Amino acid sequence: MTRYFTEDHEWIDVDGEIATVGITEYAQEQLGDIVFVETPDEGRELTKGDDAAVVESVKAASDVYAPVDGTVIEGNAALADEPGLVNSDPEGDGWFFKLTLSDESQLKDLMSESAYNKFVDGLAD
Amino acid sequence: MIRFVRVILAAPQVPECILPENLKTLRLDAWHRSKGSRMVPFAGYAMPVQFEGVMAEHLWTRAHAGLFDVSHMGQVQLWGSGAAAALEAMTPGNLQALKPGKIKYTLLLAPDGGILDDLMVTHAHDHLYLVVNGATKHDDIAYLRANLPGDIRLEYDDAAALLALQGPEAVTCLARLVPEVTDLYFMEAGPFHWGDIPLGISRSGYTGEDGFEISLAPEHAAAFADALCAMDEVKPIGLGARDSLRLEAGFPLYGHDLDPSLDPVQGDLTFAVSKKRALAGAFCGAERISAAFEAGPDKKRVGFAIDGKMPVREGAPIFAGDTEIGTVTSGGFGPSVGAPIAMGYVAAKYAAVGELVEAEVRGKRVAMTVTDMPFIPHRYHRKGAEQ
Repeated sequence: MTRYFTEDHEWIDVDGEIATVGITEYAQEQLGDIVFVETPDEGRELTKGDDAAVVESVKAASDVYAPVDGTVIEGNAALADEPGLVNSDPEGDGWFFKLTLSDESQLKDLMSESAYNKFVDGLAD
Repeated sequence: MIRFVRVILAAPQVPECILPENLKTLRLDAWHRSKGSRMVPFAGYAMPVQFEGVMAEHLWTRAHAGLFDVSHMGQVQLWGSGAAAALEAMTPGNLQALKPGKIKYTLLLAPDGGILDDLMVTHAHDHLYLVVNGATKHDDIAYLRANLPGDIRLEYDDAAALLALQGPEAVTCLARLVPEVTDLYFMEAGPFHWGDIPLGISRSGYTGEDGFEISLAPEHAAAFADALCAMDEVKPIGLGARDSLRLEAGFPLYGHDLDPSLDPVQGDLTFAVSKKRALAGAFCGAERISAAFEAGPDKKRVGFAIDGKMPVREGAPIFAGDTEIGTVTSGGFGPSVGAPIAMGYVAAKYAAVGELVEAEVRGKRVAMTVTDMPFIPHRYHRKGAEQ
């Protein structure tokens, strides 16, 4: 399994043609206390850049964009009752949705973990 | 993701690296940063939006004591024997009846009765002391200067600091530095000293909790803030929690829940209006406001309890069936309520407590019930009330 990252602070785990998407530790820390997450419905066809999910903290609503093209196979149902999982375990149990990749070639545009870490270090806090 | 952020409470959240360069800095700017605050632009200033996190800061203030820097707000003095009468001509309240050492919440009205700002007015014995909103202070001052008689002198000290200490333990903490503050009741103010340093202290605030606002010279602000934050009960609190606290307390935020198109009757602020003065035509826009008293307002500010967990935020349209009947003007998650809450305007026929309406959020309908405010009971130290 390979983990990729985007400049929009998402991570994407790829296992065969299945990708799991969430937001990074940096993103959850920036957002603060998360009180609501809306994940996409199963079967939804996403194009890279589409609004795929919504994450709401006490103070703000933010969109989560589809990092690649694909078809949603599952949203993380646990987030409905426990949106705080995104704060406590953003890169694990706080995942947002899974999709089947439509175009694996898009993965080469994404960042590796070390490239993402460098990208975050370059952002002023 | 995550274009940080479609909506933030009062302040837009942007990464610090793109804070506009022309922002003014608070006297306590370095102090805030040393406490780990994240700064955002608000009312022309770089302001601390949060320290350890909005939820924790909010709950801390309701349980203990929170220290807020509200130095962006405008502290204005009116001098001259006719100051109260002159200001009264632009406000709907009985300012001439205000007794020395007492504070009144009132509204600055345009000639058509629209709300230009909401403000606190203190009878400070030899002058009136006004605290107006930061985002509107320059317009307010220009409007006051243009409309006050020539013998009333307006003084505005751009540098003066204003700190708020709010929460059930605020009085215990402030009394360690200034023992005499225990003499104040809610909406009373006076001059005090911390050692040699003069402080203007009022027992008031914007959270629904007991607490104080403390005006002092900027060069003493950091030492005073340090003295308070050295106490176990006190933590610094950012704008984020200030917004969620005031929303739970049912208070309108100027520029969001109040604006120049709205009058005090629509704004559900009739407690701040003297009906007698309105009927007598004794202030700006009195005709519109007495007509609204007479016929009832066409729309009204109300609170909403929200079904489910999804926050309904500022700008969401409100429907009764297919008919659009209003707009949410403030909304978010209420940390002490433990659920999303909102306030906004609906057509008068839907404004009764218990009315069922719907907001539209991202194309979906969310059921809401018109509800009484505040969402969390106010806990003031009122004179005459059982303590």
